[in-house]
Amino acid sequence: MSMELRTSPHLVSDRSVERIMKHVVLALLPVCTFSVWQYGLSALALLIVVTTTCLATERFLNRAAKQASTLNDWSATITGLLLALTLPPAFPLWMGAVAGFVAIAIGKALFGGLGHNVFNPALIGRAFVQASFPVAITTWAPPFAVHRFSEFIPSTLTLPFMIPNDNAAWIAAATVDGFTGATPLARWKYEHFVYPVQDMLTGAASASSGETSAILLLLCGLYLAARKFMDWRIPVAVIGSAVLVAWAFRLYGGEAFPPIHLVVLSGGLVLGALFMATDMATSPVTPLGVWIYGAVIGVVTVMIRYFGGLTEGVMYAILLGNALTPLIDKYTQPRVFGTRQQRKS
Amino acid sequence: MRLPFFHRAATFEHGIHPVYHKETGSLPIKRLPFAPRLIVPLSQHIGKAAVCCVSVGEEVRRGQVIATADGFVSLPVHAPATGVVEAIGVMLAANGKMVDSITIRVYEADSQEVQVRAPLDIESLDKKELLAAIQQTGIAGLGGATFPAHVKLSVPPETVIDTLVVNGAECEPFLTCDHRIMVERTQDLLRGIRYAMKASGAPRAIIGVEDNKPDAIAAIQALLPADGTITVQALETKYPQGAEDTIIYALLGREIPAGSRPAAIGVLMNNVMTLAYLGRLLPAGEGMIERVLTVAGPGVEKPGNYIVPIGTPLRFLLEQVGARGSAKEIILGGPMMGMTISSLDVPVTKGTSGVLAFGAEKLEQEARRTYACIKCGECLSVCPKFLNPSQLGLLAAKREYAEMAELYNLDRCFECGCCSYVCPSHIPLVQQFRIAKAVNREKASA
Repeated sequence: MSMELRTSPHLVSDRSVERIMKHVVLALLPVCTFSVWQYGLSALALLIVVTTTCLATERFLNRAAKQASTLNDWSATITGLLLALTLPPAFPLWMGAVAGFVAIAIGKALFGGLGHNVFNPALIGRAFVQASFPVAITTWAPPFAVHRFSEFIPSTLTLPFMIPNDNAAWIAAATVDGFTGATPLARWKYEHFVYPVQDMLTGAASASSGETSAILLLLCGLYLAARKFMDWRIPVAVIGSAVLVAWAFRLYGGEAFPPIHLVVLSGGLVLGALFMATDMATSPVTPLGVWIYGAVIGVVTVMIRYFGGLTEGVMYAILLGNALTPLIDKYTQPRVFGTRQQRKS
Repeated sequence: MRLPFFHRAATFEHGIHPVYHKETGSLPIKRLPFAPRLIVPLSQHIGKAAVCCVSVGEEVRRGQVIATADGFVSLPVHAPATGVVEAIGVMLAANGKMVDSITIRVYEADSQEVQVRAPLDIESLDKKELLAAIQQTGIAGLGGATFPAHVKLSVPPETVIDTLVVNGAECEPFLTCDHRIMVERTQDLLRGIRYAMKASGAPRAIIGVEDNKPDAIAAIQALLPADGTITVQALETKYPQGAEDTIIYALLGREIPAGSRPAAIGVLMNNVMTLAYLGRLLPAGEGMIERVLTVAGPGVEKPGNYIVPIGTPLRFLLEQVGARGSAKEIILGGPMMGMTISSLDVPVTKGTSGVLAFGAEKLEQEARRTYACIKCGECLSVCPKFLNPSQLGLLAAKREYAEMAELYNLDRCFECGCCSYVCPSHIPLVQQFRIAKAVNREKASA
């Protein structure tokens, strides 16, 4: 009988990277489905093109680095889906492909792959296209357009390096009432228009493909948190701190600042807090650090929106949080057992 | 402060809930036959090895001293069976080292009664005599630590012990020998506790038992003395509830200061098995010649708790319990902190609390892909010492062993295995920490 020598522990749990990632993909599927239901063919094409580009880039770079394929850890799939969900539904497909390539190549592979990346890869991809294509990334399409399942939104099929096709005629034909093409945040910023809460909860407002239905996002997030595939403290800290700051401004600044529901339910705060800020590799590991990180993201998001040039701030707030993560971890090391100040009796 | 409505059982922070596999906990203790040859190492405890006092060819009687203690931090060794000394020399031990051992050929026809005993009147002994008598029993910490019992119970005059913590948590999966001892030898246990209280000067004792052993708690409760000096407390079933730090925190709310012994906060801790044997052997004046241990795992046909003579080769033990041919991995102790052995020719010693046999399926299950740390932070939320295994693992990968000790408290790790257990990247964290500690020790001694 040949004997195996192993070191303890000899028991292992069933947790694994693939399992965690698979469940995140699973939790994102309802959000993707809803986005396709809202925006039709264009949203579906965007999800497919961006995710496929991410997977192809990952595989290509594996081969270039002479490594085994890392597609089966499902992390590139998550990056692709998340990235597509943060882009406007009418975003030209070729620009989506650029975003997907940058997300994996620069956001992830350049740092050494899964676990080594400093920033959330999907947000690196989005930041790149935001800087490169400022007009396309703020061109919105109306949800629930009549022809959404039979026709693409024109700008979707723009040829590479061409000026995006004009959507005006399509939008005019597709919508019943006048579509302004502005997001709730932009309409507040420039018109002081307050979107109704129910529209923002259920996805009737115009926005990026995946950020509109807060209820659905929360349900999917709840599933991940309940199965312990996500750290619930991060979204609670992000949204909680954003609410606190928005409430304080509203209290002391009055009508000059937007109502709280507009802050929480718009601009991808819920999507970002639940699915992007919680990216394990780029968020802190210490118990205290997690709360600080979440609070920084929430506060910075509101500050960018109120005082910055952009109408939205979640993306840069999370990227800043990612950049601070090593520092936060370093200064929030847990108190080691047995070092508590003994009470004098 | 704990709210009584929310906490039924006392507990510690963090830890894990593995599948416990405590099926053998309901099976009564059985006696294993004598192997034809017993291999008795001279050092089965922490401290100096015993000095052999028999010679090859000499006849020994069961219970007779065959090696004497060499100084205070040392224990005598008794003959586990009546037979003849066949050899004295180095033999393979479970840790892979060659150690001095006495090989006894057992008389098959002998009745194997314990033939050497010197009954004592414990009440008439003073502390010093009591400790000397405890040393003569040869009892070491039977939970696996194997620290000589009399040394542990020798409290320096300037130290005041206010509580004796009796560890009946048995938090390791598969192991149930402590459980059976608490149920079947409750009188021995309580007697042993009283001797330990007398030897250490502790005015009270608390027995901590995980709440997955309600029958053990009930058995003890029925026999507790009326004066309230000995109590039993249910603990949450959670690993590693039975570690020194965690059980003392769970029972008393005190943290042992980092790097100190429990005596620093007025506590002395002993395992239930150790005290049950103390209560059994001390008044009879007998030596430690056998112990109860758990044999379990999918690789054995008759799992259970067995009384096994010290020195029984594992090959014989596994044959007796019907080891299946497919057993590929044998673990001594529990699955979380125990060690595997390379040969079945090693003997059971005083510190062997369990023998677990696993087949090929387990090894296949463990042949999993390792990923880079994804910083999920789960290891931080299970570490009972509140360390940062994630950061320690990243530093270990870069071989920055000194930094691990200086900045991230590597030396506080007691290798409970919680971090490796939960790691989704399947990083062998505990093993990396062992290597780091060994390298640091070597550097410190160079």
